[in-house]
Amino acid sequence: MEDRQVLNRQLAQMLKGGVIMDVTTPEQARIAEAAGACAVMALERIPADIRAAGGVSRMSDPKMIRGIQEAVTIPVMAKCRIGHFAEAQILEAIEIDYIDESEVLSPADDIYHIDKRKFRVPFVCGAKDLGEALRRISEGATMIRTKGEPGTGDIIQAVRHMRLMQSEIRRLVSLGDDELYEAAKQLRVPFDLVRFVHENGKLPVVNFAAGGVATPADAALMMQLGAEGVFVGSGIFKSGNPEKRAQAIVKAVTNYNNPAVLAQLSEDLGEAMVGINESEIQLLMAERGK
Amino acid sequence: MKIAILALQGAFAEHEQMLRLLGVETTLIREHWEDVSGLIIPGGESTSMMRIMRDEGLFEPLRQAILDGLPVLGTCAGLIMLDRNHLDVMDITARRNAYGRQLGSFNTEEEFAGIGRVPMTFIRAPYIEEAGPEVEILATVEGKAVAARQKNMLVTAFHPELTADTRIHELFLSMVTSSSNDSIPR
Repeated sequence: MEDRQVLNRQLAQMLKGGVIMDVTTPEQARIAEAAGACAVMALERIPADIRAAGGVSRMSDPKMIRGIQEAVTIPVMAKCRIGHFAEAQILEAIEIDYIDESEVLSPADDIYHIDKRKFRVPFVCGAKDLGEALRRISEGATMIRTKGEPGTGDIIQAVRHMRLMQSEIRRLVSLGDDELYEAAKQLRVPFDLVRFVHENGKLPVVNFAAGGVATPADAALMMQLGAEGVFVGSGIFKSGNPEKRAQAIVKAVTNYNNPAVLAQLSEDLGEAMVGINESEIQLLMAERGK
Repeated sequence: MKIAILALQGAFAEHEQMLRLLGVETTLIREHWEDVSGLIIPGGESTSMMRIMRDEGLFEPLRQAILDGLPVLGTCAGLIMLDRNHLDVMDITARRNAYGRQLGSFNTEEEFAGIGRVPMTFIRAPYIEEAGPEVEILATVEGKAVAARQKNMLVTAFHPELTADTRIHELFLSMVTSSSNDSIPR
């Protein structure tokens, strides 16, 4: 494998056990960093507002992203539209640490994702099952996250994606060697990736939870289901006390297996984001880009 | 021999795997710890780990244990955390993100004192900007110090846990062995 791909996978390894927070201003970025975020996602509007505003949603203004890069020392990520390689080139030009080719923005291409191997900067992509995850990895993604349902504060989709992925991984592990070819065909992914999962019982890249995480308990739930870290979007800066909630979620990810600590962390957090139930939403962002 | 690995955030599982390969017992620590003969502070985000460390009340006990002689290996963020501006146990000043953003991350191979040439993986890495007289510099890359030792403390700006080369972990384990032979009180 190319050096760059390996280094990019390794940066994701350094983010493990951490929380990546959506921020829209340098001020929010500083709050996130001080609260212990391991990276921030710079974007003009957080998913809840994108959902509320409707219309076409695009890559953020590079100047706004630069402002956030200057405000913090932790890695800064930013989103581009699915298939929009020109937006990705722009993000690479401003030396972003990670690009999220994201279904939260309006897709630019309904067939092709970005050929991520053409880039030197790393990419994280969403996936709701093992086939999607391995297709994104074969295109060059060096980190995977669940798609969840961004901007809702409803954890059900992230849970569904993570459970499905883990159960498909367990199934691949249990197959005989001669059954892997057919599995690759069914999953519509390269054989080598199927064999890797069969032999190692995990994805070849780090796998985070994203979409709908709003409380320390949500974060702990996703970690116990097998996530290696958590993205929190609207859940922090749409809540009553962002600073305190941010710190609590960071500590919940570290102590995800310790209910006594989680109980303490869940006290007095103020209003959680209001949230929308899955059944009440019109637009399923997770259905974008398969 | 049992080695504690600080498991607040970051690549602690990789160190665990490396030590398992070497047949050494490990324990992941998030709160208190007991009966360990050495400590590893892994790579990750130092701001994140510092914040959690302070909030969990680990800062002072860890600092004291290291000052009392507990052998410690710090890699990347771990190097930063041992420096004068963080735990302030090692007489070095680290420069964070010294090679810039992720596009500046790189692999190389350089001479490591007493070991020979070792593969080195730098991920948004620091280097040692300044070191006191008691600090022995063990490796440099393009004139910058990237590995050092001071008494019971061994640090690398790169990630030995991400390569297949076990020699730096073995060097640390030999420090642990000779320290328990000296039976430093703690």
